[in-house]
Amino acid sequence: MTTETQKGTLFTPWNIVAGIILAAGVVVTIMRFTMGLGSVTNLSDNNPWGIWIGFDLLCGVALAAGGYTTSAACYIFGFKRFHGAVRPAILTAFLGYALVVFALNYDVGRPWRLPYPIFYQQGTTSILFEVGLCVFIYLTVLFLEYLPAALEWKRGFDKYRDILVKLTMGLTILGVILSTLHQSSLGALYLIAPSKLHPLWYTPYLPVMFFMSSMFAGMSMVIFEGTLSHKHFHHKMDDEYNLGYEDLQMAFSKAAAWIMAGYLAMKLLGLAMDNRWQYLGTGYGAWWLVEVVGFVALPCYAYAVAYRDRNLKLARFTALWTVLGIVLNRFNVSLVAFNWQLPSVDRYFPSAGEIIISLFVVTIGVIAFRFIVTRMPIFYVHPAYKDSSH
Amino acid sequence: MFNTLQDLMLHNKSITYVLMGVVLICFVGFWHFLTDKEERKRRY
Repeated sequence: MTTETQKGTLFTPWNIVAGIILAAGVVVTIMRFTMGLGSVTNLSDNNPWGIWIGFDLLCGVALAAGGYTTSAACYIFGFKRFHGAVRPAILTAFLGYALVVFALNYDVGRPWRLPYPIFYQQGTTSILFEVGLCVFIYLTVLFLEYLPAALEWKRGFDKYRDILVKLTMGLTILGVILSTLHQSSLGALYLIAPSKLHPLWYTPYLPVMFFMSSMFAGMSMVIFEGTLSHKHFHHKMDDEYNLGYEDLQMAFSKAAAWIMAGYLAMKLLGLAMDNRWQYLGTGYGAWWLVEVVGFVALPCYAYAVAYRDRNLKLARFTALWTVLGIVLNRFNVSLVAFNWQLPSVDRYFPSAGEIIISLFVVTIGVIAFRFIVTRMPIFYVHPAYKDSSH
Repeated sequence: MFNTLQDLMLHNKSITYVLMGVVLICFVGFWHFLTDKEERKRRY
């Protein structure tokens, strides 16, 4: 992700790849909005939710959980030494949620009606309404939490910036409440489909599992994003960020290991309470074990070893491992184990157009992140606000 | 094997109670494994 200012050219390999993805994304976008969903997706009545929900929304929301975990650690639990990591985590979460809403415009049939459930007709008995309301409010909260950085960059808005800084604690608490609600509700969405979701993944504890997994997903994403940022934006980081950086990675490794152990216990509980043991001997059982042992139990142990030995390299590798595990879990719940009884001809596989749009959304996120951190005080405290940084 | 729903639920709950007892003991062991090197550092 070298910048044009460093290399003196726009034609770096990363920029070329990003340019190709953006160009393809624009073409598919035009097709989607001029010719409809059917022209670019493999969605059907059997499979109305594809990777735009399974990846863009479910994974996007889970991996954006670093915002509430980091700000809660700093402001609510009092780990002030992690203060330098709050702004990057909030920015990642803000962009993550913004892109979730952006991607949702592609997926819903009539995107101009997205505000209807909030402003026009509230479906208060629907889980989906609760998710929509929470995401709408939380995106606003994240925007307000991110805004001081933008106002410090533009200068001349000190009055508004100071008001927002004073609201930090309230916004953090609101963020934790809203995240608890909608992270779990995303799992609860699948509770209404007991006959469609494979019994190994269907459990009444699905909402708790989604919430618990979002916590270690968010922490892993903070470690992963921090590692990449250190590689590419090291020159933008001040001493406060650098001093707390390794400390944060170790602390989050410990916390993630502990939460993952609890998550494993929940997985076992779901298996035992619903008497699903007989499915473990099937093909789906093997895949379930790959997910639970290969992408939860082993990373949990790896995080614990990394923390014990203060092995940063292992912690960073495990963070990527865990992020992939969360993506696998969300894919399994929403796609692989969903409609498992349908004949293979009716099963869903994403079209090229769907994959291109997902890559397009991720690329926009990376470009927006790069644009913001190279201009605004994200990895450093603005010199003019050294004494009043929140 | 199970003649009534009561039988099935009793069976499931019995296994779950035993498993959760084992899990709780494992948690203590895991916590010790996680933190037993902390004494020297005392950072978290």
